[in-house]
Amino acid sequence: MSYIVPPGLYALGTPGPESPVVVTANYKMTYDTVRRALKGYDAWMLVLETYGINVWCAAGKGSFGTEELVRRVLASELAKVVGHRRLILPILGAPGVAAHQVFRQCGFSVTYATIYADDLPGFLDNGRVATPAMRELRFSLRERLVLIPVEIVLELKTLAWVSAVVFTACALAGGVPFALLGLGAYLGAALGGIVAVPLLLPWLPTRSFAVKGAIVGLLWTLGYVFLTGGYGSPMTTAAACLLLTPVSAYHGLNFTGCTPYTSRSGVKKEMRIGIPVMGISIMMGLLAFALSPFTGF
Amino acid sequence: MNGYRYLENVVSLTLDPSACIGCGRCVEVCPHHVFILDDSKAVVADRDLCMECGACSSNCPVDAIAVDAGVGCAIGIFNDWLHARKTSKRGCP
Repeated sequence: MSYIVPPGLYALGTPGPESPVVVTANYKMTYDTVRRALKGYDAWMLVLETYGINVWCAAGKGSFGTEELVRRVLASELAKVVGHRRLILPILGAPGVAAHQVFRQCGFSVTYATIYADDLPGFLDNGRVATPAMRELRFSLRERLVLIPVEIVLELKTLAWVSAVVFTACALAGGVPFALLGLGAYLGAALGGIVAVPLLLPWLPTRSFAVKGAIVGLLWTLGYVFLTGGYGSPMTTAAACLLLTPVSAYHGLNFTGCTPYTSRSGVKKEMRIGIPVMGISIMMGLLAFALSPFTGF
Repeated sequence: MNGYRYLENVVSLTLDPSACIGCGRCVEVCPHHVFILDDSKAVVADRDLCMECGACSSNCPVDAIAVDAGVGCAIGIFNDWLHARKTSKRGCP
């Protein structure tokens, strides 16, 4: 099944020379969303070649951009199709576009309309003026929920590899029962970062995603040690905390890429501090485990 | 956006008020309402809300806005660091 719509000019309803021109990406889901939103309206839809990528990601990579927009306006001979010289673009396409350059290069002026396609009818009915609500990004529980399965699938390979290493190492150290215990502890910590951080995002303390993840990891570890009993000597509990907290922190930090509000500078800062701390924590955890039989507690 | 805020004082966004012509493009494109127009000049109203998408600077006709634009994605940055010299291979779908 193809998720790419051929780029070019499309008609919605029965548009005329004065009908609005709405620009979008050629990811089929994006195209369908815009088409569905504008059902009952007469409009032109100019679909850019973004190689099947959505507007926001394509704008970040530049394929939804000035060059492609100008090329598509000229290739579709839009100036002969419509009498006006106005293009309506999605707000999240703006990072790839320089509106003044588009005007200079093809004579069409750009209006950034709304963030969501669903607000396009409201925008058109409102005299092509966006209300503050139409320019508001959302990141609701539902929007975060749909990202969780995606994250799990993307992390499957890492999860499988680390699981194999954890299982083998624990089996060598303490036999199969201990290996199963270790595997459960690891997977719980990983899922803490992958599932609990997105789910509880607004309620987890601090703004740092790594710290949010670490808090989940620490709570998970203490809960797990408490529930499984037996292995909960102070030294091994400390080792488990040192080993598992960075796992959740790492996956929590990973979620930055799925959110619409983390800055590159911020993520860089978290990584510069977080990754060495995670590394040291894991090394100390391994050391604590190795020493625990000799310390007597 | 519903109270989400990221780290404080990390953002690379700068605005040169002397160059600004008050066209309002930055207000129009910013998904986080970082800018407001005050007395025909753009003002950075809430700098910490900026996610460095670069929409304001690419659409500013007089280059009054500068930002080190990019995606705030840990995997993406990690891959950039790993493949610093090669063409970067991104982990994001």
